[in-house]
Amino acid sequence: MTNQEEQNRLGVVVSGSLTRGVEVRLDGSVSVENMAVGRYVAIEGAQHRFFGMITDVSLETVDPNVAVTPPDVSDPFIAQVINGTTTYGKLEVLPMLTIGGDAASILEGPQPAKTVPVHFSVVKVASQRDVEVVFGAEDEKRFYVGTPLDMETKVCLDVAEFVKRSNGVFGKSGTGKTFLTRLLLVGLLQKNAAVSLVFDMHSEYGWEGKTEKGFKVKGLKQLFPSKVAIFTLDEESSKRRRVNTDVVVRIGYNEIEPEDVELLRQTLNLTEASVQTVYQLAREFGDSKWLETVLNLNEDEGKQLISRLNIHDSTYRNLRRGLENLRRFSFLVTHTRENSVQRILDYLDRGINVILEFGRFDDFAAYILVANLLSRRIYAKYRENAEREMGGEVAPARPLVITIEEAHRFLNPELSSHTIFGRIAREMRKYNVTLLIIDQRPSGIDAEVMSQLGTKITCLLDDERDLDSVLTGTSGKSELKSVLSKLETKQQALIFGHAVPMPVVIKTREYGSPESYKELGFLEAAELKKKTQQDMDDLFA
Amino acid sequence: MDIKEAKDQKSKVKGSIDNRIGEVIKAGSAELTAQCYKLDEAPPLGCLVKTQGKPGDIYGVVYDVETQSLEPGRRVVARGEKLESKEEVFATNPQLSRLLATDFKVLVVGQAEGKSWHYYLPPRSASIHSFVYACRPEEVRGFTQSLDFLSLLVNARILVPVDEVVGSCLRYASLTHTDPHEFLIKAGKELARLLSNDINRLNSLLKRLR
Repeated sequence: MTNQEEQNRLGVVVSGSLTRGVEVRLDGSVSVENMAVGRYVAIEGAQHRFFGMITDVSLETVDPNVAVTPPDVSDPFIAQVINGTTTYGKLEVLPMLTIGGDAASILEGPQPAKTVPVHFSVVKVASQRDVEVVFGAEDEKRFYVGTPLDMETKVCLDVAEFVKRSNGVFGKSGTGKTFLTRLLLVGLLQKNAAVSLVFDMHSEYGWEGKTEKGFKVKGLKQLFPSKVAIFTLDEESSKRRRVNTDVVVRIGYNEIEPEDVELLRQTLNLTEASVQTVYQLAREFGDSKWLETVLNLNEDEGKQLISRLNIHDSTYRNLRRGLENLRRFSFLVTHTRENSVQRILDYLDRGINVILEFGRFDDFAAYILVANLLSRRIYAKYRENAEREMGGEVAPARPLVITIEEAHRFLNPELSSHTIFGRIAREMRKYNVTLLIIDQRPSGIDAEVMSQLGTKITCLLDDERDLDSVLTGTSGKSELKSVLSKLETKQQALIFGHAVPMPVVIKTREYGSPESYKELGFLEAAELKKKTQQDMDDLFA
Repeated sequence: MDIKEAKDQKSKVKGSIDNRIGEVIKAGSAELTAQCYKLDEAPPLGCLVKTQGKPGDIYGVVYDVETQSLEPGRRVVARGEKLESKEEVFATNPQLSRLLATDFKVLVVGQAEGKSWHYYLPPRSASIHSFVYACRPEEVRGFTQSLDFLSLLVNARILVPVDEVVGSCLRYASLTHTDPHEFLIKAGKELARLLSNDINRLNSLLKRLR
């Protein structure tokens, strides 16, 4: 064993199981204080090399009496002697993958671990090379999202795999969800794996966002001006923020269907009876006219209507009061000349990512209404397209990823079966549309939806129910739980699911410095000009 | 032992005559008793000694030293009441050095084979009247490179407190190593493994190693 290898040695496997993970007795020379949950280790088994993650660190003694009558550790000699012999550190390691072994398995790459290493297998700190083998290098399909703890190696996300399923970004408020999401969106964009539609509630993805410390960071439009279009619901807010918007979205009353109102039941404080009345009214006046008609009824007409349709007076009043709330949304107009959904689809078809800013309408009513209304129509188009594709009429559409914030408002158990997002999450990639769910309260999301998420990226969570909900169905749940609840509040996240070969804790890639923009593919004005010139020269050469 | 064998033995231990300290007067598999050639010149407690054995030299640790009358029925009496010093007692009673003898007891902890050592009891015990030698520092260093002998030592059942012997032995051996402190740490860790079920004994033993 070389010196370097000896330095990396941590201890030996002493017991364990595949489900609970293996126990590693630390060598006396290794301090428990230098260990950290979430860190990677390599275990040299007899036939396989295992790759695992530290999920717990504990202090052990060979005899319970040591705790009762502790040795005189004020004497450095005694302290040194008993360290690693009478008292020792223990790691819980979850073996995740096997690397190598015979020639076939080297070709296949890392495989999920289906067994555990033999007794007393040597455990070492995972080398940079191990991590590279497992997480791959950055290429046209893989996007570099961050580095493992205490390592310089890149952890890459398989973007092609990522967009095949709906995914989630979770974490308490202020733990970096927005930064992470922005980074993921850049990844999707950079690798051309999918086109994004972002419902940007707080207007922070499109043009620019702010760090917690108040520094401004560039949004997607600034980094990739030709590939991103900013749509806005609130033109004035965008103007005040000096954001160049591409399209101002207007939604006609005729576009609002009874389902939309049903979703707003809680936000508009409607009773169940009122919601049923909406369906009744829609039948009476037609899907496209009912809202306008109801809002324009005067008192007498209202009375006539309720007696004709046999609606209870209090129900009618509850409904009217709720619907009146919609009037304060200036983006809702009686009639629109242009079809916002079609505009969005046109952009998406051209491979241009659409970010819809909500401006001052950053309340849930507007968000739920607009996101659901637009997504439903967009999804219908994609579905139609997918069916035509099956018939061989058209080429498959570019995969679409819809990003929604505050997802528990749409996907709670009560609503998830009604909203389009519930369907998208469940039906997954059949129609080339998937979701990127951003939420701080994953326990509020329907368990069925959570279970369908392909890749979950979570920053710090400390509520027991949130932890449980995020980790549902993951192997090594309780071990990952301890890792997850010990994440730092900033720039750290646990990624697990389809897009990574094994759960990984990362220090998120830097975003916000000029160098980071450059790495992400941003060209300064002068460079851009130079590149354009170069492209022109090449074209006409 | 035939004459040829005796000659071989002599040539094997040639050059260590200076270190010869006594002769085996009682031989057992696990322990030996040897008598010193000179009164009161026994090796110190914990000292590593060796004697001829088959196939290689037998090694042991001195655990008890006694000086007494050669005849069991004849007690030693005090003789120096009117004399100035201990030396004068012997000068005025020259017969004393012939009537008294210093014996030391040795716990067997290993045997040499070629240039290496086995840390277990030899198959055959030492023969009576075999010579006993104190090991030279380099030999002590070589023998204590491995601490496997400690298990024989700490598990010995003797009348003398065995931990005192272990402590003396390790302190004495540490002086022959280039880094005595490191040697004691290593030995301490070995003891911690051996005495993992008796923490109090370990604690008191470790205090004897400083």
